[in-house]
Amino acid sequence: MNQRVPDKHRKNRRTTLLLSGLVVAMFGFGFALVPLYNLFCQITGTQSLSQRSQIGLATPTSERVDQARWVTVKFDTTVNPNLPWEFVAETNKMRVHPGQTYEVNFHARNRSHSAVTGQAIPSVAPWQATPFFSKLECFCFNKQRLDGSEKTIMPLQFMVSTKLPAEINSLTLSYSFMRLKEADSDDRENALPPMIASAPDQ
Amino acid sequence: MSTTTLTHDEAHHHEAPKGWKRWLFSTNHKDIGTLYLFFALIMLFLGGASAMLIRMELFQPGIQLLDPDLYNNLVTNHALIMIFGAVMPAAAGLANWMIPMMIGAPDMALPRMNNLSFWVLPAAATMLILSFVVPFFPGGGTQINTGWTIYPPLSVQVGMSMDFLIFAIHLLGISSVLASINIIVTLLNMRAPGMTLMKMPMFCWTWLVTAFLLILVIPVLAGGVTMLLFDRHFGTSFFDAAGGGDPVLFQHLFWFFGHPEVYILLLPSIGVLSHVIPTFARKPLFGYKSMVGAMLAVATIGMVVWAHHQYTVGMSLGAVTYFMIGTILISIPVGLMVFNFIATMWRGAMTFETPMLFAVGIVLMFTFGGLSGVMLAVVPADMQYHDSMFVVAHFHYVLMPGAVFGLFAGVFYWLPKWTGHMYDEKLGKLFFWTNVISFNITFFPQHFLGLAGMPRRIVDYNMIFTEFNVISSIGAMIFGLSHLLFLYIIFKTIRGGKKAEGRSWEGAKGLEWELDSPPAFHTWTVAPQIK
Repeated sequence: MNQRVPDKHRKNRRTTLLLSGLVVAMFGFGFALVPLYNLFCQITGTQSLSQRSQIGLATPTSERVDQARWVTVKFDTTVNPNLPWEFVAETNKMRVHPGQTYEVNFHARNRSHSAVTGQAIPSVAPWQATPFFSKLECFCFNKQRLDGSEKTIMPLQFMVSTKLPAEINSLTLSYSFMRLKEADSDDRENALPPMIASAPDQ
Repeated sequence: MSTTTLTHDEAHHHEAPKGWKRWLFSTNHKDIGTLYLFFALIMLFLGGASAMLIRMELFQPGIQLLDPDLYNNLVTNHALIMIFGAVMPAAAGLANWMIPMMIGAPDMALPRMNNLSFWVLPAAATMLILSFVVPFFPGGGTQINTGWTIYPPLSVQVGMSMDFLIFAIHLLGISSVLASINIIVTLLNMRAPGMTLMKMPMFCWTWLVTAFLLILVIPVLAGGVTMLLFDRHFGTSFFDAAGGGDPVLFQHLFWFFGHPEVYILLLPSIGVLSHVIPTFARKPLFGYKSMVGAMLAVATIGMVVWAHHQYTVGMSLGAVTYFMIGTILISIPVGLMVFNFIATMWRGAMTFETPMLFAVGIVLMFTFGGLSGVMLAVVPADMQYHDSMFVVAHFHYVLMPGAVFGLFAGVFYWLPKWTGHMYDEKLGKLFFWTNVISFNITFFPQHFLGLAGMPRRIVDYNMIFTEFNVISSIGAMIFGLSHLLFLYIIFKTIRGGKKAEGRSWEGAKGLEWELDSPPAFHTWTVAPQIK
């Protein structure tokens, strides 16, 4: 038995090293999941946040207005804590006919004393309704700059498609206003974070 | 191979060192196993106390005892202490004690690392407790009100207690990974000559799979919480939508660990059952090979179904369908295991000592929890049940019987081996019945609460939920206090009792029963030969 002991030690060391390698590899895999996750969402068409903001940039189409059908559109607004703004919709909800264009105003106010630039990221719930909600004119297409204490009205023109599945009779449009960090040096086209800015190509 | 108990070998070994050095510097698998088990016992009472506070608060609607943030902090602590502090160390304690004795090895393969992997735990527990204590002091920041899942963005906003928690998770992870490496090396390299993998006792198999799962998923959790730490302090935006990150990514990282974790908690107890049921049914385990296969299948499928915890985050239809089908598939190998246990009992000469009572209880109640799990796996149904008390009832039905009762069964089963004394059978049975009945009083009504729409993790509730909550809280008090009996039985057994034979149970098979009870400090210094 004593003959076998050093042998066994070498074997143990090898197995230990292999397993430690596996641990390190899995730790790396955890970080590799960050890009993999985005890649996966792009390939399978699962909407990531960046893609959601791009959906519904429709040009006006001549859909026949469906006068018989009513759809409730609710508006929800969130302001990221980094952004010292107030941002509310003029109205909480609207009843609309699919195929008709409507306009709704959002009120924004800069609570701070210096100029701040932000951008709104839209999303639609339930997600199944996303492709059927078109924004014809939206403040979320551009970055918005407000001087200290400035107030402004941001208009949105939208249309719900007549092709909206029949079981959906209510949807929520939600805006999250984010602060753009490079805002102070304005006129930078790529002020958006890289992931969101690169979204149009996808 | 008669009852060749080997006393220590004078040429190599010395007697057990005395005093605190015996424990602090221990490299002996039995002593380290004991340390693990006592650590788990302390944590069981800590986690249980927080659960009792939670149930006291929920006894009546309104806010009686706890602030909402404190309540949610207790929910967080209850989960983390029970999972990382009680169940995992207890299972590791059983592994340390039993695996070398079962496979005929003199000790674990890496005894010094074994010492380290235990002694990291008290440090981790201190960090975990500090995360709870710190907010009570001025400048200590807010409480961890996120639940054990620590989802951002909320977890990014919590005060410094979250940093204590993150480091506690790192330490706990290091401890488990070291213990797992040790167990795998031991099982692969230290088996007695003639013991092939397919002759290995079932408990060893379950731990081999568990240890591999731990090695695969704990580092990913460590990565996830490291990213969280960076988001909190170093200006990265892995999970911050404002910086181009995605909070849902954290959920994927967390549940990539979190779902296999369920099997990490469950499998060692399945291993215990595979010894307890054959012993008291006096028949060999039915379908050893299918058991091993089923376990490997559970572990493999269990690695790739994590997103069933996130049906409501807005994944595509294709993704949720995949996760639903994958999850439901797991019930097939799990069902196979349950049928194997039933077939083992079938026409056996059964007696119902305490370990066997727990084993039969597990087969019944774990199956029940598994069924509500299938309900939750179905996407349209889960949209309704998500984050309700139904989920709480479900995972307590799988984790209490599946994990904790299995550990109780193991403790009662091997206590005569460890201490050399038989435990008090009358008290053991009393403990089983109070424990199991009060467990059901506590958690069964929570199914109804969840189906009626009571959300979980909220300090207050609507008046209409009062009755079931009262029942549940009363059950919880009995359930919590019943563990004092458990404590008493253990200490009584350590101090004395009927002398246990080497083969403490009539039907017990395996190498560990060929040693004395209690075994010598060093055992199997000459490896047994397996035919």
